[in-house]
Amino acid sequence: MSDVQSVLGGASFEGAVKVAEAGVHGMISLRGDLASDALAGAVKSAVGQPVPGPLAVNSGAKGSVAWMSPDELLLVVDYAQADATVAKLTGALAGEHHLAVNVSDARAVFTLSGAGLRDVLAKGTPADVSLPAFRPGVVRRSQLGQVAAAFWMTSDTEATVVCFRSVGEYMFNWLCKASETGTLPIVK
Amino acid sequence: MSTRLQSGGQLIDRSQQIEFSWNGKRLRGFSGDTLASALLASNQMLLGRGFKYHRPRGLIASGAEEPNALMGLGKGARFEPNQRATTTELFSGLTARPQNAWPSLEYDIGAVNKLMTRFFPAGFYYKTFMYPRAAWKHVFEPIIRKAAGLGAAPTEPDADSYEHYHTHTDVMVVGGGISGLAAALEAGRAGARVLLVEQTASFGGRAVVDGVKIDGEDAAEWVQNTLKTLDKMDNVTVVNRCMGAGVYDHGYVLAYQRLTDHTPDSDGPRHRLWRIRAKRIVTATGALERPLSFAGNDVPGVMLAGAVRDYATLWGVSLGDRVVVATNNDDAYRTAITLHQAGLVVPVIVDARPEADGALPQQARALGIRVDTGKAIAMVRGGKRVTGVALCSQAGEGAVLEELPCDAVAMSGGWSPVVHLWSHCGGKLNWDTEQAMFRPDPTRPPTGADGSGMLHVAGTANGYLDAASALDDAVKAGKAAAKEAGFKPATAKAPKASSEAEAAILPVWSMPQGAGVKLQMKTFLDYQNDVKVSDVRLAAREGYESVEHTKRYTTLGMATDQGKLSNINGLAILADSLNAEIPRVGTTTFRPPYQPISMAAIAGSARAELFKPVRKTPIHGWLDDNGAVWEPVGDWRRPYTIKQGDESIKDAVKREILNTRSNVGLLDASTLGKIVVRGPDAGKFLDLLYTNMMSTLKPGRCRYGLMCTENGFLSDDGVVVRLDEETFLCHTTSGGSDRIHAWMEEWLQTEWWDLKVYTTNLTEQYAQIAVVGPKARQLLEKLGGMDVSKEALPFMACADGELAGIPARTYRISFSGELSYEVAVPASQGRAFWDKCLEAGAEFGIMPYGTEALHVMRAEKGFIMIGDETDGTVIPQDLNLQWAISKKKDDFLGKRAQERSHMADPDRWKLVGLLTENPADVLPDGAYAVDGTTTPTGIKTTIGRVTSSYYSPTLDRSIAMGLVLHGPDRTGEVIDFATLGGAVMKAKIADPVFFDPEGEKQNV
Repeated sequence: MSDVQSVLGGASFEGAVKVAEAGVHGMISLRGDLASDALAGAVKSAVGQPVPGPLAVNSGAKGSVAWMSPDELLLVVDYAQADATVAKLTGALAGEHHLAVNVSDARAVFTLSGAGLRDVLAKGTPADVSLPAFRPGVVRRSQLGQVAAAFWMTSDTEATVVCFRSVGEYMFNWLCKASETGTLPIVK
Repeated sequence: MSTRLQSGGQLIDRSQQIEFSWNGKRLRGFSGDTLASALLASNQMLLGRGFKYHRPRGLIASGAEEPNALMGLGKGARFEPNQRATTTELFSGLTARPQNAWPSLEYDIGAVNKLMTRFFPAGFYYKTFMYPRAAWKHVFEPIIRKAAGLGAAPTEPDADSYEHYHTHTDVMVVGGGISGLAAALEAGRAGARVLLVEQTASFGGRAVVDGVKIDGEDAAEWVQNTLKTLDKMDNVTVVNRCMGAGVYDHGYVLAYQRLTDHTPDSDGPRHRLWRIRAKRIVTATGALERPLSFAGNDVPGVMLAGAVRDYATLWGVSLGDRVVVATNNDDAYRTAITLHQAGLVVPVIVDARPEADGALPQQARALGIRVDTGKAIAMVRGGKRVTGVALCSQAGEGAVLEELPCDAVAMSGGWSPVVHLWSHCGGKLNWDTEQAMFRPDPTRPPTGADGSGMLHVAGTANGYLDAASALDDAVKAGKAAAKEAGFKPATAKAPKASSEAEAAILPVWSMPQGAGVKLQMKTFLDYQNDVKVSDVRLAAREGYESVEHTKRYTTLGMATDQGKLSNINGLAILADSLNAEIPRVGTTTFRPPYQPISMAAIAGSARAELFKPVRKTPIHGWLDDNGAVWEPVGDWRRPYTIKQGDESIKDAVKREILNTRSNVGLLDASTLGKIVVRGPDAGKFLDLLYTNMMSTLKPGRCRYGLMCTENGFLSDDGVVVRLDEETFLCHTTSGGSDRIHAWMEEWLQTEWWDLKVYTTNLTEQYAQIAVVGPKARQLLEKLGGMDVSKEALPFMACADGELAGIPARTYRISFSGELSYEVAVPASQGRAFWDKCLEAGAEFGIMPYGTEALHVMRAEKGFIMIGDETDGTVIPQDLNLQWAISKKKDDFLGKRAQERSHMADPDRWKLVGLLTENPADVLPDGAYAVDGTTTPTGIKTTIGRVTSSYYSPTLDRSIAMGLVLHGPDRTGEVIDFATLGGAVMKAKIADPVFFDPEGEKQNV
């Protein structure tokens, strides 16, 4: 495991909000029939959560599951658990048409913390990140700056931002720029 | 002369003096001044020059519509041209300089153009620079280019930062006058989320200047109280210095906030571009006053009456001691009364109407001001300043009745509602004959996503010029917007305004009515572009009937102010010339932005390192630290070569190739697209996508495949791996992974939705390292963990395992003709694997290589490259790739297209190898083969072109590939290639496989 390196080695920045690279996470892309009982059971046993509806993310001690599209979920577990979770899902869904793959290493993950994080996100995403549209339990798959991103709130003052690994450095720089002191707050 | 009055000025703080510089002079103003009011207070009347004739120009307005007072603001990295003095707030140390004048503003040589007025009629350029033809390129265009454009471009990178901001709101209100505030208050009380933007620093609009009362209190007091109320409401955000710039489809609005223009040394972004999604929009944007069209209406000292009043009331500045007021409506009397009350002299109010007996004219007369009805200004006297006016009858042709000395003229031709935002997205207008103005037609609004009107215009902007009905209208608009956004309007008592009643306006488009050509040639419609009444009349005589054509022919309304003052007046002149009604001639199209916005705000934070995202592989950092010379591939950066010490790029490439062919080379191939395709129908799906058969591939085996578009042209290529019965992994080109993934999804979602197939783009999950060369196997064996022998992992096989303790999927594939493995490891461990390869490979002479070595080695082997051998017009058959086109399949994308007669034409150029007669000559990339004949049009006949060309260190000679007419049938023939210098290079047609044609090196 000592060979595992996240894209920015845990870089962080303290501005109007705090931006920190959150290391590696286990992430599984699961495509299938989100309405099927078999898939619900497989997801429940993998992360202990029910299948989320559109724009929802369900989180608990075992992990999280986020809605990505009408036939795609993103499961988040410990990095070391990813391959085992894929194997478990594939086993549980044997005979069901589905695709479960480990995408942990294709990602960069950041944590934003601070009261102004909504404004930071709003500088780069056309998604509505104000209350009540965006709150813990809601996930948006959108863009930040010029790159694709998914983000959700883990508490009222903390959010997780996920993007592709190759643009992790751009994302970090973009988040730092958007979090510069003297630029927040913008709206009530 | 213009000067600061002893008292007054709602916006200024006389205790705070501010020093600034204009045209090299050090001047003083007060906190709260605009640059315009401070210049006027310092008796600076001459502020600019007209674009065409370089006529002296002064302020004509007090706000965003100002066409004349454009200047260069700031210095060095903060210099910006074309800034309006009227919308620039004064700050300490502000530096402004004139533009469009040389050698100086006072003595501008370009003003000789003025003497040439009669030689510069409308369409001058079109008429004059036609002949001789050659003169256009060498004489006319360079001179016109030099004269064109206002202001100078900045020479240093911008020192400030900028950003975007997205927000969603129920009701967006544009305009912070009393109408906007009332609408926001109503919508806010209904519970809607409200965003109100006001383009200036202060609120209240005209009402605070014009003595309007609201619910018994002064408008200014009501404005302050209302702002406080709004501030306390959690659902209402009020932003000043923020202009509603444009309204777009489905309630999308752009607004432009100027945060630090007035405090340039403060932190944070200078401008912010708001990208707003509103359920409903209310525009309370007020109205703009129109100039009157009389001769000399552009002499410095002639100003809009409302602006004269603004300068006196808001900033305590007088335009002159003796101000003649010229009008066709009652509102301008307010200016006369204001000036009179400030102790200035109004020698006469020249009213074009036959009678003026409303409340305001009576009040003026009671103050002892002379009111001349039925009169007009025949001519303004003066050059760089007004010295007097000649009066005449409005009805006549301008025979002078009286000369009157004065130092300023306040004019009012009536008011035009600001309907720009309403019109941006398709709202239609009606001509209101009684009020002589275009106003929004509520039955034809811009419509939103639900097909209903998405925008309400409120107050003055909606054509209600008096404060009482404007406020009533705004309350209605605010309630309607809230209701349509899903809220229940409150029943609180609405505010009521009162102001003096006004009598009807008399439309006056020409002053005097019968003004002849001589007067018309001095009567300006568009101040910035110097368009005169005579120009529009000439256009009409020459047959221009459409206002859009006339606009382009005369340049009316095409300056940076977009015709805010000139469009209606010009339109009326055109209608009059054509003897048509104004609505029949129509109006021009309003387009965003309402006022120019900075390019930097549009760019936002996308500059320097954030200009464009660059995709980086896990190996990028190592390569960057070790001499990589980068080249862009898609959005990635890949190393062209990795230089050692101070060797040249050419030497580095040569070293990398020779080392790879004799020892072992290491290539970062992580950028290759990797798309997993899974499902019971995955094989069937890939058979449709690729030209060759993929469904017969055995698990654990690899096959090279081609993809074509429906039109048969080659689109992408790569190695497909079957991982298990239902799962395939498709490799794409580096630049193609997102495109091909989208292509797969499009077919699955729109055409072949019955296929049970899922795809996921795994490109970034893996770092993929190619270990290439005769010692590659030795290296992997040393790393250890999986059997990479010829028997266990033959050519075109794949196996999962572990190498050097890292999970690895190893493919035995080769793009170089060498013994070669591509190893995919989790991206997070890519760098560790790379380092281990380098460490373990030291004893085998390992060296990383870049994309140029990759290209040369594949060309030595005759392998094609998407983007080199293909350009969107090439089909696989052109590249002799028939072996990769299945004849067994009923269908695949491109099959039918490739059967068309043109695609099956034996005369299509086909791929061959090319060997120059002189082995040291490298054919230029893209060079054309010529056969020595010429076409009927005198062009050399081309019979082929070079697609790839390199010096091959392996063969120590040049090699190339190209597409040549009947190429493969002409092997051994020598053909000519034309080069840019005119010289011809001779090359022999050869087999494109230059190196190891038997494949002995890779099959070991």
